[in-house]
Amino acid sequence: MNIDNLIQISETEWEIPTYIRSDMRVPVKLFATRELLEQIINDKSLEQAINAATLPGLVGHVIVMPDMHQGYGFPIGGVAATEYPHGVISPGAIGYDINCGVRLLASSIDFESARNDLDGLATLLNKYCPSGVGKQGALKLNMKELDQVLRDGSRWALKNGYATEADLARTEESGSLEGADPDKVSERAKTRGREQIGSVGAGNHFIEVDVVDQIFNEEAASVMGLYQGCLVLQIHCGSRGLGHQVCTDYVQSFQNAVRKYGIDLPDRELVCAPMDSPEGKAYMAAMRAAANFAFANRQLLAHSARRAFEETFAPKTRNWHLHQVYDIAHNMGKLETHEIEGKEMTVCVHRKGATRAFGPGSPGLPAEYQKIGQPVIIPGSMGTASWVLVGTQDSMRRSLGSSCHGAGRVMSRSKAKKEVQGDSLRRELEMRGIRVRAGSLPGLAEEAPSAYKDVDMVVETVSDAGIAKKVARLKPVAVIKG
Amino acid sequence: MGFEEISHTADWSARIWAPDLPSLFKEAARAMNALSGTVAGNGPRVSRAFETEGPDQESLLVAFLSELVYYQEQENLTFDDFDLRVAGQWLKVAMEGAQIESVDKAIKAVTYHNLKIQRNAEGFETTIVFDV
Repeated sequence: MNIDNLIQISETEWEIPTYIRSDMRVPVKLFATRELLEQIINDKSLEQAINAATLPGLVGHVIVMPDMHQGYGFPIGGVAATEYPHGVISPGAIGYDINCGVRLLASSIDFESARNDLDGLATLLNKYCPSGVGKQGALKLNMKELDQVLRDGSRWALKNGYATEADLARTEESGSLEGADPDKVSERAKTRGREQIGSVGAGNHFIEVDVVDQIFNEEAASVMGLYQGCLVLQIHCGSRGLGHQVCTDYVQSFQNAVRKYGIDLPDRELVCAPMDSPEGKAYMAAMRAAANFAFANRQLLAHSARRAFEETFAPKTRNWHLHQVYDIAHNMGKLETHEIEGKEMTVCVHRKGATRAFGPGSPGLPAEYQKIGQPVIIPGSMGTASWVLVGTQDSMRRSLGSSCHGAGRVMSRSKAKKEVQGDSLRRELEMRGIRVRAGSLPGLAEEAPSAYKDVDMVVETVSDAGIAKKVARLKPVAVIKG
Repeated sequence: MGFEEISHTADWSARIWAPDLPSLFKEAARAMNALSGTVAGNGPRVSRAFETEGPDQESLLVAFLSELVYYQEQENLTFDDFDLRVAGQWLKVAMEGAQIESVDKAIKAVTYHNLKIQRNAEGFETTIVFDV
């Protein structure tokens, strides 16, 4: 792919027209500056976006965000809508880590007064929030309890004392997707998930303590309870082995479905089935069940993190509490209503490495966020800033109510491992005042900040494009990774 | 017979080659263990067996490697000795291995991304992308 193949719409918006390749059903819309585009063009992500544009039943554009990078099948940072009910749903366009997402909790604990307690806090978070390869979680559920989690998500956590009503109100879909069917989840997937609930996992997942470094929108920050100089906590993880197995199972079984429905695709990882087919309905029900598992997982981790905060700060201050700002998915397929080419329609929005970013007045937002729009949480790369944004009316019109999800990788994992030593990276982060608890030093090296794009540049791009507005910038002070 | 890591922005990828199909499958398992930095312990040997069907060779390869991902995560087992038979759309595997001593980084899933097993003058070749 060459930049000359793209049509520049504005400083931050580009289009790949359908005449570039004959099998494209819709054009691709890319939000990026020229500088970011020059990074994006170095891997195969635009080719993957063009492949995604061949899915049957697509409407509007395939949309890609400035943090986009090469994945498998569908690019990371991609958004695509298929018309309901005859359009397709594609497990590979949602990803293996179904409902991977981020939760942000805020406190009124002043960073300066807490500085000497942060080492102890990091150690307790590491103790109560298990992380690492295949690590078992805080609970071991029996199969009946697991089915309840799959059906009810965070509602199960509320019923069992791990959540508050306020937590659920400030979670996408209240942490519980309707239409989840545990019977569509394989025994193998359940076996993988049963012992992992309440754990972070490995890879790029983490728990991070940050301080609110800068506020750009006082009104929105105040509504969210974000105060300059105070501590906040991010939880980034998903549906663990259960979600991975659900996606593995359905990508495998959909290899036959595409033959059955006569669907021809450029990449087998994009296999799909019509939403109104038995295969499509089964995957939708299983995907929702895995998403509910992920919501409950992050809720349990929030419960454990609160325990660590209480033990650390309750003896010193009455205001040690962590209240939920929002919990948002960035790997999900959702039925939503959007106006596309002048027509209001129900579509399945596939977001893979992209965040829902609903504007003010959108259905499903709690009353306090109706005026400001939905919080969008953008974790940066390890050791760099993270951001809190809000969705806009423009995001509803131009990006299917979506925004970016992070910094986005720019360097391969193999190169990062060669160029970065895990132990020296840890020392460097600690010299900068960031406490690190990491299970795997090679894993730490792969997630080095130099392997990622500049998150500030990515955020400026979505802000300039108008699809999200800046609220606050967060600075890390402690990272817990597998 | 061998493998090499291929650069991939977000995940891991390996090109694998072997003189015959069963060897290609075994070499793919070796590549997966090497990429994830899996080290077997010195404990007692364990054995597992399974068989599966699929529409083609690629789906059998994904099923085989996905089985290994499952055992690694769920039972903390890694395998290095395989009796593997591939015939048309059918795969039968008996394998021996041991408890894992350490893993650098887990593989979440085995993908079909651009997956194609190709026959050439030297035997078989493929490139696999692993989700990590």
